[in-house]
Order: sequence, then C-alpha cells, then structure tokens
Amino acid sequence: MAKNDLDAVLERYPNASRDALIPILQDVQQELGYLSRDSVVRIGEHLNLPASKIYGVATFYNQFRFQPQGRNHIQVCRGTACHVKGSAAILDAVKRELRIEPGQTTRDGQFSLEVVACIGACGLAPVICVNGEFHAGVTTKTVGKIIDSYRRKGSPNDGSDHETT
Amino acid sequence: MITIEVNGRPIPAEKGEMLLTALRRAGIKVPTLCHIDGLNATGACRMCVVEVEGQRGLTPSCAFPVADGMKVHTHSPRAVTARKTIVELLLANHPDDCLYCNRNGNCRLQYLAEELGVRQRRFAGDRTRHHIDASSPSIVRDPGKCILCGKCVRVCEEVQRVAAIDFIGRGSKTKIGTAFDEGLNVSSCVNCGQCIAVCPTGALSEQSQVKEVLDALNDPNKIVVVQHAPAVSVTLGEEFGMAPGADVIGVMTAALRRLGFDRVFDTGFTADLTIMEEGSELVHRLTNGGRLPMLTSCSPGWIKFVETQYPDFIDNLSTCKSPQQMMGAITKTYFAEREGLNPTRIYSVSIMPCTAKKFEAGRPEMGRDGLADVDAVLTTRELASLIRMAGLNLRDLPPDTADTPFGERTTAGKLFGASGGVMEAAIRTAHYLVTGRELGDLKVESVRGFDGVKEARVQVGDLNLGVAVASGLGNASRLLDQIRAGRSDLHFIEVMTCPGGCIGGGGQPIGANADAVRARMQKLYAIDADESVRVSHHNEAVQRLYAEFLGAPLGEKSHHLLHTHYAERGVVS
Ligand code: SF4
Ligand code: SF4
Ligand code: SF4
Ligand code: FES
Repeated sequence: MAKNDLDAVLERYPNASRDALIPILQDVQQELGYLSRDSVVRIGEHLNLPASKIYGVATFYNQFRFQPQGRNHIQVCRGTACHVKGSAAILDAVKRELRIEPGQTTRDGQFSLEVVACIGACGLAPVICVNGEFHAGVTTKTVGKIIDSYRRKGSPNDGSDHETT
Repeated sequence: MITIEVNGRPIPAEKGEMLLTALRRAGIKVPTLCHIDGLNATGACRMCVVEVEGQRGLTPSCAFPVADGMKVHTHSPRAVTARKTIVELLLANHPDDCLYCNRNGNCRLQYLAEELGVRQRRFAGDRTRHHIDASSPSIVRDPGKCILCGKCVRVCEEVQRVAAIDFIGRGSKTKIGTAFDEGLNVSSCVNCGQCIAVCPTGALSEQSQVKEVLDALNDPNKIVVVQHAPAVSVTLGEEFGMAPGADVIGVMTAALRRLGFDRVFDTGFTADLTIMEEGSELVHRLTNGGRLPMLTSCSPGWIKFVETQYPDFIDNLSTCKSPQQMMGAITKTYFAEREGLNPTRIYSVSIMPCTAKKFEAGRPEMGRDGLADVDAVLTTRELASLIRMAGLNLRDLPPDTADTPFGERTTAGKLFGASGGVMEAAIRTAHYLVTGRELGDLKVESVRGFDGVKEARVQVGDLNLGVAVASGLGNASRLLDQIRAGRSDLHFIEVMTCPGGCIGGGGQPIGANADAVRARMQKLYAIDADESVRVSHHNEAVQRLYAEFLGAPLGEKSHHLLHTHYAERGVVS
C-alpha cells in the first residue's frame, strides 16, 4: 500500500552506499511510521545489503520500530531527571500493563510503546507522554489509570488489550 | 623470514603475518574463541591475548602483526589470568547445561574452563532468558549458550554470502538473530550448517532425528533401509579418535547392521545414477540448444541459495534430484516392487555429511503419493552418537559389505564427496557418451584440490567444454556474478555449498581444520586410484536398474522419479 512512499524515499538516494542506511531508515520510518518487512527487504536491495544486516543495524538504535504505531502512542521518558525520579519502574509498570516491549504494539492495535531520551519536561519528572499529551509526576500506581483513560476513549469493546504481539 | 622471541626462545615468523599464526606454526598453544582460519581477525573475544614487551596492556595475538625481534610472553601470569577472567565472565551468563548439551565433551568453552582451572563461580550474573529456535528442519539455535563470538555471522556472510544472521540489539540485549528476529526457517538460511561447524559452544546444532530413527528401528513392522553418502566413511572414524582420512567403510557397514538397519545401501550407487542422468542431460542441452551453463543440483544448500538470491539461474540448474533423493525414490519403488513390499512399510534413512539434506528430504517437490523419498536424515555426527549409544566399538567390528541392489558404486560415485568429484565423474561419462571411448587415464587433475574455484577446458569429442567447479557459496556467487555480467565461455559448473565439498560439510565431525579436510580429500583420491571400476557408466547394478526398470536415462520413468523443478522464493518469507 505504501509502496510509493517507499519508492519516493529510495529515489532520493540514488546509487547510495551503506553510509546512507541510517538516513534512509529514518526517512522511511518518517513516511510509513515504522519499518515494514517489505521496506527492510527493499532497502536491502537498494543498498545491496542483506535484510539481517539492516535489521541488526536498526535494532542497535532505539528509534526504529517494526510495527505500526497503535491508536494511542505512549512515550516513556528515560532522560536523566526522569531516571533519578524512578522512570525505570514506570517503564516496567507500562510494560506489565500492556504486556509489550518498547517498539511493540498491542495486538489489538490500541497501544504502542516507545522509550525516548529526555523529552525536555524535566520539571515534571517522571513524565510519560501519550499522543502528545504530557502526564507529570507519574507513579507506578497511576500508570494503570492513565492507560485506562485512553482505553476508554478507544472503541467500546476493546477489553482484549492484554493480548500481546 | 624474521625472528621473534617467544617465552625466551627464538621462533621464525613471516613478515606481515599475525602473531597467532607464527605461534601456531611453532606449536605454541594460545586459545582462541572468535578466530577463524583464513578470515580477517575481529579481536572480539580477547581469549588469545599475550604480553608483548613494549606494549601497554595485553595484545590479542590474532590481530597483531609480528615485528622482527619482538618479545612475547604467551603464558605470563597476567595473560593467563586475563583469559581465565574472560571465561569466568562468559560463564556468569551461561546456563551450565553441560550434562544435557549436545556439545558436552566437545565444547571450547567447557574445555577452556577446564584448562584454565575454573573451579568456582566468581561472578553471578543475571542469566538472559532466550527462546530456542527450533523452527528450521536443519539447525537448532539455543542463544542461551551463545557467547557472541560472531563466528557464525562471519561464516554465513563472508564464506557463504548468505548473511541469514547478524548481531541484533545492543548492549546486554545483544544477540544473534535473523532479520526481524524470526525463525531460521523463514529466513534466507540455506541450512548448510557451516555455522555449527565453527560455533565453539552448543549454541548451534543440527535438528536431531536420532529419536525418529530409533523408533523406526524398534518398530517390527518397518523395513528400515539406510544409505550413506560418499563423504561419510572417510570422516566417521574421527569421531572415534582415528586420524582424519581414515576410511571406515567396512566397519561402518557392520555397525549399521548391528544397529538394526534391514538394508545398507551406498549413496555412491545413486551418485553413479546421477551421472548417467546428468551426463545425458548435459549432452542433451549441448546438442539441443538448452540453457547453459548447466549447474549441478546435488547440494541442497546451493539449490536454496539459487532460489533466493539467483532466481534468474533456476533454469540453469540440472533437473536431476540429488543422489540422496534418487536413492529414496528408487528404494520406495523399484526396491519395494522387487521385494514385494508395500512402500508404506519402508522407512528410508540417510547418513549425510550435511544438515541441508534434512531440509531437502522434506521439500514438497520430493516423494510421491504422500510418501517421502527419504524419511529421516542423520548427520555423520548423529550416526556416531547412535553407534556410541549402542555400545559398539568401531575398532572391534569385523568389516561388512553393503547390500544388493544399491550397494554397488564406482569410484566416480565415491568422488562426489570432494569438490570437483561430480565434475570429474561427469566428464568421464560424458566423454564416453559422446565418443564411445573412455577418457585417457580418466583423471581430471585440474578440477581436483582445495581451491575455492577451479576451471578447465576439456575436449569431449568435437566439443570443447568450459567447466568450472566452485565450493563455498561465496565462491559460487562470484562465479554467477561474472556470468550475469556477460561471461559466456562456461558450459557446466559444479557447485558444492560447503568449502571443499561434502568432506567439509556442516554435518561432519566438529573441529576439523583445513589439513583434516585435505586428508579426507586425499583418501577419496586414493580410493579412486586403487579400485578398478572408475566410471559411472560401468556400474553394472545401475545398468541393471535401467534394463529392468528405468529404461533409458532421461526416459519417462526417470523423468518421473529422478528429476524435479525448483522455484523462486523470497529472501525472507
Ligand atoms: S555450550 Fe559448552 S559449556 Fe555450555 S552447556 Fe554446552 S557443553 Fe556446557
Ligand atoms: S546454516 Fe548456513 S546459511 Fe544457515 S545460518 Fe548457518 S551458515 Fe548461514
Ligand atoms: S552462535 Fe556460536 S558461533 Fe554464533 S556467536 Fe554464538 S557462540 Fe559464536
Ligand atoms: S581469537 Fe583473538 S580476539 Fe578472539
């Protein structure tokens, strides 16, 4: 479906070499929201690199995802200030609540999770950001409620979000 | 030649070579975990560290070039302590599963822990939990036992040019995996098992079918028929402490009988049959304007490689099934008929130097009427473990001979075990088919030996043929790249997936170096020199098979039973 977007990105990098891999991955993710299987294979053909290598490089960086974002996209800040205020525990709580790892999307497509370096809201630490809305001073206790509030905004019968990918 | 001083003694070294190479030549043992002979050093494991005077810190000898007069201490307390610490750190994140491990007794990590005197757990790490990937019919990956030495990744990419696996993730989450971290079965892996052969631990192993075979042997209703490939009898002995290249054909046959196999056949028989079919196919293509160069099709890793990476060459592949599959096919048809057996009662096992043969046996293109040609494939290693399990001692058994009708082979069929062997056998027979005369003294020196690519021009009657032989898929792929770029002087190309051919196969005894593989190759040449029937077209049992059952090469029955077709598949499915 998004083949044309992918072609458009690749056309911007004619005769590209391996050096162009990261920028291409970034552009493709920008266009498609994630790195699909098809795009990884096609980028490989374009750069003459095996798919395993591209996947290996992409997983080295936190910024790439291989599943489309969920309807609600949760970003957990792991910057220094948030870390000091216990963001590791917050991340664990979100993972437990959604039963997914960062970079993944719940099977019902409701939620996706991303870990980000400092979002620049250190005064509010620890902070999570859902669909661009900031939630300040989050605790492991309030994580569930925050997620539930978005769940309610979702489709009425989506009680199945404990299923994971 | 220069001289360096090692542990107070002078040793010769060659300018520019790595220190490790000089040390090994002098017989000085320095352990390694990530080093692969013939490939560039990565310096990843640091097991090979030594003290070099004038260098701060310890120096990895695999990645450090020699210099005239340098002074080296290989076993100084500092070097030994460093190595021991490396092993202890690796063990901190290791499952300690030795008793249940396929590499128990043959594991570099276990060996080094013992050699360095590791007796207690100094570091207690968090064990990373991993899923075992048993999705492939050929290879099992147990990342829990992986020490991230990277050898599998490099062999797969640099030797085989497959690159099915790579390092994925980072930091403490780093692991070896396929694209999208999926099962090997849906990756571009060609099942060659070369990664197993270099893996220092039990992280990689073959998908074992020992249990299935034992069950069949214990089933009174089954007629269990076994075939063994040409490269097995010259390597199996190594599993029992014999020198590389020892030929144990007689005692191996005896052992197979004692294990309870009802018939013992020699895949060399169907190697001869392959030559009759493939030689005829070559002559047919040459004289009828068929697609050239024709590519051999006996090596299943190579077939999958063409299907995924060179689909434009699928029509160049010979349509012949491999000798393993031909044997399976005639066992369940001609043999069954002859013995008055319902083919469903026959359980057909093959002993192969190869892990990809397991994949091949399960291909949907094989078999007929829902019956597989080959029901189970054991590697040389698995046969060795079966023999040990049965308490048999290879040295004590009185030698035995194979059964009729498929136990007879010529030395041409035996040569299939080494790179260049199919080519040599095919040239001998093609010459006879075209001219009606035998080829000179039969030996085709130019396609022998250990080189990755061998080329020759051979005169077959009026035809001047360009032939090439490649072993290791990297070498094969470079050859195909030349042809894609327009090279057109070649008519026939033999490709073996594994370096050196089946004698270097991914199912062979672990730990063989290049010298061992050479010794295996020399043995096959010696067999060819010593025996009298050296051309496939003089295999009388094959002639009888044609007379009684198949008709003529490339005939209707052959077409049905012995030939097949392959199709393009994606790099990741
Ligand atoms: S890989 Fe080696 S050390 Fe690890 S469990 Fe197996 S035999 Fe033991
Ligand atoms: S079996 Fe061969 S192709 Fe598959 S991962 Fe191992 S080396 Fe690569
Ligand atoms: S699987 Fe084996 S060869 Fe590959 S990195 Fe791990 S230990 Fe090394
Ligand atoms: S063998 Fe030298 S660093 Fe691994």
